[in-house]
Amino acid sequence: MLQIDLWKRILIWLTCAVGLWLAMPNAFYTNVERHNDAIQAIELGADTPENQADRGLWPEWLPSGLVNLGLDLRGGAHLLAEVQVEDVYAARMDAAWPEIRDALRPERATVGTIRLQPSAEDEVRVRISQPEGMPRALEIVRGLARPVQTLTGVGANDINVRAEGDLIVVTLSEEEKLATDERTVQQSLEIIRRRIDEVGTREPTIQRQGAQRILIQVPGIGSASELKEIIGTTAQLTFNPVVTRGTDPEAAPGIGNKIVPSLDEAGVFYTIEAAPVVTGEELVDAQPAFDQNGRPAVNFRFNTSGARKFGDYTAENIGSPFAIVLDDEVVSAPTIQSHIPGGSGIITGQFTVEESTNLAVLLRAGALPAGLEFLEERTIGPELGQDSIDAGKIATIVAFAAVLVFMFLSYGLFGLFANVALIINIGLIFGLLSLIGATLTLPGIAGIVLTVGMAVDANVLIFERIREELKTSKGPARAIELGYEKALSAILDANITTFITATILFAMGSGPVRGFAITLGLGILTSVFTAIFVTRLLVVMWFERRRPKTIEV
Amino acid sequence: MRLRLVKQGTNFDFFKRWKLWLGISGLMMVVAFASFMIQGLNFGIDFRGGTTIRTESAQPVDIGVYRDAIAVLELGDVSITEVFDPTFGPEQNVAMIRIQAQEGQEAVTPEIIASVESALKTVRPDIKFVSVESVGPKVSGELIQTAAIAVVLAIGAVLIYIWLRFEWQFALGAVLALVHDVILTIGVFSELQIRFDLAIIAALLTIVGYSLNDTVVVFDRVRENLRKYKKRPLNEVLNISINETLSRTFMTSVTTLLALIALFVLGGDVIRGFVFAMIWGVIVGTYSSIFVASAALLYLGVKRDWSKPDANAGNQYANIDA
Repeated sequence: MLQIDLWKRILIWLTCAVGLWLAMPNAFYTNVERHNDAIQAIELGADTPENQADRGLWPEWLPSGLVNLGLDLRGGAHLLAEVQVEDVYAARMDAAWPEIRDALRPERATVGTIRLQPSAEDEVRVRISQPEGMPRALEIVRGLARPVQTLTGVGANDINVRAEGDLIVVTLSEEEKLATDERTVQQSLEIIRRRIDEVGTREPTIQRQGAQRILIQVPGIGSASELKEIIGTTAQLTFNPVVTRGTDPEAAPGIGNKIVPSLDEAGVFYTIEAAPVVTGEELVDAQPAFDQNGRPAVNFRFNTSGARKFGDYTAENIGSPFAIVLDDEVVSAPTIQSHIPGGSGIITGQFTVEESTNLAVLLRAGALPAGLEFLEERTIGPELGQDSIDAGKIATIVAFAAVLVFMFLSYGLFGLFANVALIINIGLIFGLLSLIGATLTLPGIAGIVLTVGMAVDANVLIFERIREELKTSKGPARAIELGYEKALSAILDANITTFITATILFAMGSGPVRGFAITLGLGILTSVFTAIFVTRLLVVMWFERRRPKTIEV
Repeated sequence: MRLRLVKQGTNFDFFKRWKLWLGISGLMMVVAFASFMIQGLNFGIDFRGGTTIRTESAQPVDIGVYRDAIAVLELGDVSITEVFDPTFGPEQNVAMIRIQAQEGQEAVTPEIIASVESALKTVRPDIKFVSVESVGPKVSGELIQTAAIAVVLAIGAVLIYIWLRFEWQFALGAVLALVHDVILTIGVFSELQIRFDLAIIAALLTIVGYSLNDTVVVFDRVRENLRKYKKRPLNEVLNISINETLSRTFMTSVTTLLALIALFVLGGDVIRGFVFAMIWGVIVGTYSSIFVASAALLYLGVKRDWSKPDANAGNQYANIDA
């Protein structure tokens, strides 16, 4: 009749024990958190006595996984950025012009003179003075094309070349654009991660969302604008030849040139060649420093190829100015005094110490390949988070107590069994949340409270069924057995449908909503487990010991 | 003595006026929908873009003063509301300031936020900005779309599941009840002009889940009783099934409401709208599983010959009609 195999019993208790074991660190949240932080700090080399002391706050052999607190509970900043992938197309095309020019030069006899024409940002238009030489010119320019490096773009080239009268028009191919977009977003993601890591905050979330978006969540940071300062600047560093210096931003720059403002001197504009000599991508190091006048500056060093280009350029252009351009603003435009062979230099400007330190960090982490547009930003102060935690805690405890009392009043001893299962249930939810490293948000707490209310549903179904079966007087053992058996299909159907909605919420939702879906979904799993297995086991164990002739449910 | 919410062996006739109940439900849906069409929802920034700033100060909130301070910035539609909550301390005076999305700006401008913050600092030097949230119009448009898709998908998935487990009439009845619940909830939000944000969508889906839970339990019993009482008319079978599950329906609703009310009173104002939606949903969901889902089932009729033998009962006469 009422029998559960020994191995099943062991398995059930074992599952509960493991779940509670994993949930336990959450009961000592602050200690475990300090312990975990200390371990991380020690790994990074900060082996101080304080860290050692913090490490000792929690025994090593105990589990130390915690439920992460979401931004709405801990406070922090949230940004959703869209990578402006088109930026890169323009840069690619700027770089293509010198290459095309150099390739066509030896063929002057057939193609005539070569002139860059004004064009849209994502194409290059070149006019040749002898249109008869066009086939040859196209052949040469097409020879510059490289195959696209993706799995999907098999056989595709990175550029499309076509003739329009005496114009050669070069554009990026669709495959190359796709591949570039992918690379740009990946690179941006990587660089944002590096920049945030440099600042060293705990558990930042940096995720790609969709094709072009990046989600950044950093707990504990003061505000979203602070976070934007860390990641927001592209820090695109280039060294460009200066054509002229003037005060008119509207002046015609000439083809292949552009006008950029000066960073420090208001009203001063430089006309520079758009194609840079060297870019920040070839930097290997940047450190904050001071110049000979004791003003904050940034020291930098190029890699070998960057150093060679820089060296060659400075050797050929002694006496002419060149511009150090940061994000389309001229930081400084010194005149080249001598050949600079070593590949290192110094950027001076009117920096504060903080600015020079930040600039060095940005340069070191690498430039963002494209600009970011911020679509969403949220700052949650730590006080609000703490208020929410406190309120959530009290509400959960009160809800819990109310349900426990109510269940006991309604079902007596059986209610107590259900209550034990409910407590185990909450433990299991926290155990699972810690195990998968899920994030608890405020709606997540609501999900747990809702689970407390709904978890008893399965037990209620069973107990009500047992009551009914008792009426048809089959003896207590049979009634209990039938109660469980017949309630099962309702329990499963009801919970599977709720689980379906939780899954859809998880898949479609974001942030806090997702947190809610996780706790709700896990709550369903654990409550079905505790109702079907744990309370049943409790009832069976009690029944075996007492062998009651009649039971009251 | 045990606490009994529902007497044992009730025998209410839920279907004496079932057409009336269906009519009332239909009417309420029309009213809710009309309210939604006329008044519209009070969308939060998640869905229409803009910025909200939550401020906290030891001095009492004076909306007029705040408004005057911000008005000079000419930011268009600015709404300021004071937030009250029993969990606040005496020194906690909280206001929510909402600024509409600025014309022609996709990304959020920190300058605007900074200017608002400094304007408020001049009138309330001790003011703190405990949360600042901005959503651009691009994302908010997508969020509302995703939310709508999520609700439709959830209802669709459930329709299919119940169709597979029961019969199409059950599925249709359950889905009617769900649509009823969702529309009534949206109606309440539009009527009371409670802020409708992303979390409310989560609440809506939970209501879908909860209401379904209730409906499925009743339907499960209907299915069982259809096998048991083969000759009885459908309305009697439905009535028996609802009466038999009534005690459970109330128990579960009460435990869930107990938990939710605790959260409503003590959980702070941040999630109050969310919890309100769920409380409303539990009540409406319980009602709809009886008066909408079952009544719809009665209207649609159901196939009476369950040729599959009932495995649970082991009834030897299960195949007699087949």
